[in-house]
Amino acid sequence: MNDRIKRLRENSQNAEPRISAERALLVTEFYKSDQCEMVSVPVRRAMAFQHILNNKIICINDEELIVGERGPAPKAVPTYPEINLHSLEDLDILDSRAKVWFKVDGKTKEIYRNTIIPYWTGKTNREKVFANLDKEWINAYEAGVFTEFQEQRAPGHTVLGKKMFKFGMLDLKKEIQESIHKLDFFNDTVAYEKREELKAMDISADAIINFAARHANELENLAGAEEDENRKIELMEMAAICRKVPARAPQTFYEALQHYWFIHIGVITEVNPWDSFNPGRLDQHLYPFYKKELEDGTLTDDKAKELLGSFWVKFNNHPAPPKIGVTAKESSTYTDFALINLGGVKEDGSDAVNELTYVILDVIEDMRLLQPSSMVQVSKKNPDRFVKRTARIVKTGFGQPSIFNTDTIIQQLVRQGKSIEDARNGGASGCVETGAFGAESYILTGYFNLVKIFEITMHNGINPVTGKKVGLETGVLNTFSTFEEVISAFQKQVKYFVDLKVVGTNIIDRIFADNLPVPFLSLIIDDCISDGVDYNNGGARYNTSYIQGVGLGSLTDILTSIKYNVFDNRKVSIDDLQLALDQNFENQLELRNDLINSTPKYGNDDDYADEQAIIIFNLFLDAVDGRPNTKGGHFRINMLPTTSHVYFGSVTGATADGRLAKKPLSEGISPFQGADRKGPSAVIKSAAKIDHIKTGGTLLNQKFTPSLLEDEKGLDSMVSLIRSYFRMDGHHIQFNVVTADQLREAQKHPEEHKDLIVRVAGYSDYFNDLGEELQEEIIRRSEHVAY
Amino acid sequence: MQGTIFDIKHYAIHDGPGIRQTIFFKGCPLSCWWCHNPESRSSEIIDLIKEEVVGEQKVCVTETIGKKYSVIDVLKEIEKDIVFFEESGGGITLSGGEPLLQYEFVLELLKQCRKREIHTCVDTTGNVSGEKLRNIAEFTNLFLYDIKHVDDKQHIKYAGVSNKQIINNLIMLDEMGKDIWIRFPLIPGINDDESEILRLMELLSGLKNKYPIQLLPYHKIGSQKYEKFGIDYNMSDYKEPEQEHIESILKMFSDARFAASIGG
Repeated sequence: MNDRIKRLRENSQNAEPRISAERALLVTEFYKSDQCEMVSVPVRRAMAFQHILNNKIICINDEELIVGERGPAPKAVPTYPEINLHSLEDLDILDSRAKVWFKVDGKTKEIYRNTIIPYWTGKTNREKVFANLDKEWINAYEAGVFTEFQEQRAPGHTVLGKKMFKFGMLDLKKEIQESIHKLDFFNDTVAYEKREELKAMDISADAIINFAARHANELENLAGAEEDENRKIELMEMAAICRKVPARAPQTFYEALQHYWFIHIGVITEVNPWDSFNPGRLDQHLYPFYKKELEDGTLTDDKAKELLGSFWVKFNNHPAPPKIGVTAKESSTYTDFALINLGGVKEDGSDAVNELTYVILDVIEDMRLLQPSSMVQVSKKNPDRFVKRTARIVKTGFGQPSIFNTDTIIQQLVRQGKSIEDARNGGASGCVETGAFGAESYILTGYFNLVKIFEITMHNGINPVTGKKVGLETGVLNTFSTFEEVISAFQKQVKYFVDLKVVGTNIIDRIFADNLPVPFLSLIIDDCISDGVDYNNGGARYNTSYIQGVGLGSLTDILTSIKYNVFDNRKVSIDDLQLALDQNFENQLELRNDLINSTPKYGNDDDYADEQAIIIFNLFLDAVDGRPNTKGGHFRINMLPTTSHVYFGSVTGATADGRLAKKPLSEGISPFQGADRKGPSAVIKSAAKIDHIKTGGTLLNQKFTPSLLEDEKGLDSMVSLIRSYFRMDGHHIQFNVVTADQLREAQKHPEEHKDLIVRVAGYSDYFNDLGEELQEEIIRRSEHVAY
Repeated sequence: MQGTIFDIKHYAIHDGPGIRQTIFFKGCPLSCWWCHNPESRSSEIIDLIKEEVVGEQKVCVTETIGKKYSVIDVLKEIEKDIVFFEESGGGITLSGGEPLLQYEFVLELLKQCRKREIHTCVDTTGNVSGEKLRNIAEFTNLFLYDIKHVDDKQHIKYAGVSNKQIINNLIMLDEMGKDIWIRFPLIPGINDDESEILRLMELLSGLKNKYPIQLLPYHKIGSQKYEKFGIDYNMSDYKEPEQEHIESILKMFSDARFAASIGG
């Protein structure tokens, strides 16, 4: 990393997250204007987008090489009152909470009090969502059975494909005109809707072109006043690039990065989509530029790294939009999940790793930033040295890159009906979610608390925390005479709650389609332009709705414990066990010890326990997989938690695995913290027993003590471990290379460990930024020691 | 037929090539002062009372050291790790204790592994009958062969037995053309002076083949186990070797064209 990038990085790290009212004011101003009333919904949204981009402050930071900020300054985070209106109390909470805070100054509060809140109250999408959901849905949501991704943030969950590195906005405008010409007002009953949508896309394309031109103007002004000759030349070059992209297709490595960045800012300004946005297969997209320029001598590796360094900083300048309530609990982090993909295979199925892949790996190691997050796709076709280079970075202990199985991802996508080419051009985004890049809307709808549902099953449909009935009456405990009857009751409850979730999602999807189309995002995802349909209305080539199962490890141990202790060995009756759980194991130390230490557990390659994981997985899969959504696609499952396992644990009483009430659940498909006692290979065996191909992503966290990676043999063995997991179709694995002692030390002296980064679940975070419960949870995850 | 095993370790990465499953047999003819597996000495199964932490509280539970396995039981455990062996070029390692104290069990296990094309490694003290060692050698892909001291008097003092049989068996395996990795625990003040290293090199130079040497620097990790098992620990005053000293010994080996490395 050169000195300039060091300074850019430091400035980004030191910038304070704060709320900016800029976007809220501009969007309000537009919605109050007369022109807003005269146009269709998509055109209104496009004009609002245009109004923001035409009027927002242009921010160009000292020394940077890539320009464009969503707010008026780095980490000045806008709000989206048309989607979710923050109350003054919300702003106070954001300002004062201990973790993941955003400073809110007096002026911003004044603007909210006088302008934003009076206008938007009663008009927001969030209010529409809650007003339209059934009582049963609300009951389940309040009990912590599931969360809802689209209550405060818009759907997004998509990634740029390769097309946009070959096209400019002017090319897209041409495509739009062709689509408009083809409209058949005689026979197509929705021709009008299509025309409005296409008009909106056209306005959005103009908006981003003008936004880039405004940067060019500002850069030229700055160049005029610049005294440093070198910087003056740079500024002029940057201005020239902004005159060209994103209007026209990029022709150089530098232009490609700036081109993408304008698109990125467009996507995250239009709405507050989940998982921000993501350039996807960066080493593939940039390689043709890199190769050509390296050959003709116009680019060096150092220059490429400098540009990438500046590009990396731009991601880090953009924390996730402020989250409140349950959404803040399920995703308690500044990270906004842009996940750079490297490696994998090309469209023709051949090994995609190239020289640039290794250059970008160097950048990841040097930058050591939370954003963007990074991952490698590992196919059987990729060389071991690629995996080993990755392992060497993993060893440095900041949880990146995470490691994915390309061959599994492709099978998942093909199983869901994608073409083999689209599947090979795909990858994973967010935490671990599988998608066909550039052509798919794959929405996460919410986390699904499998452990809570089992608790409700054990209480015959009652939520024991509140005494309120939220589920079905599937039988009182002592009527279960076999383990199979318990499973069968649980299966009915899962089906019931999945039904609620599916109906809720189908309602919310329509609310977004009708009220919050995203014409800008629709520009860049196939086949929205050719079909004249918005991204939020099923315009993408593929449309998937995911429900994310949480607590597989915990629930496997719970079911195993009931089977082992109640039915197979008759150590305790089901009533006595439930009584102990209801009393949170008070005066039941020996029972609890037996449940923890003398009962088979998931994560040890023990079929007795792992069979329960397969049962749970399959019944969840059966309840969800293949059900139609409103966009012509299907519901699917994946298994990841972000931070919801802490929230879900907090609403769930003591459990038969020995876990105390309110404590976190297991995360992803990882074993419960400390339950795995036979080392990493046994964990991998257990985790591979579920059918990963039938998911859209699973998340396996593996804590690795640094001593297991001390020498070359350690690295080679990690490569083999990864290859072994992937040979068994494992989807994803990530490593936390840190000891429990280091983490305890950091808890005691946070000020001395400001830069300590740990892997949470699908992303990395500063240890200091985690809530205490989550810190404890990470410490407890078992540490595999070589002895 | 049953074997007494006190631990089966998965993802063992320092007991031979690749990722291995190491099976620790109970019972040892040696009583090395520095042994970090004192629980392996006795061939008996023993019960210990230990404290288990449950949340904030502690309970006393019985921990049994050693467990009887049939060959089939062990094979079941081995079969679980085949994917790791294949991906890494690993296999199983029989260690201890001294696995050859349970000769018949070990022979049968090794034969079964050969049938299943599983790479086998035997970590031995060498203090066993030549005939038995010869018989298992046919089914063993690699020996990890421990030399503790070349001087017999010192060997008797610190390991409790003479090294004559150990050295004779090494010569036998060498003549059989077996693959061997020599392992030499580096114990400060006991076997780490220059003359001792020279004597070791002299012994190894006399063999027909040249073998890689792994230096295993003494560490105190095992020391607290002694108290737990009620065995006297003679090493309290000994220190772990200095890195500089380890490097200098490593250099002696490499100067003499031995492929030496630190750690297994």
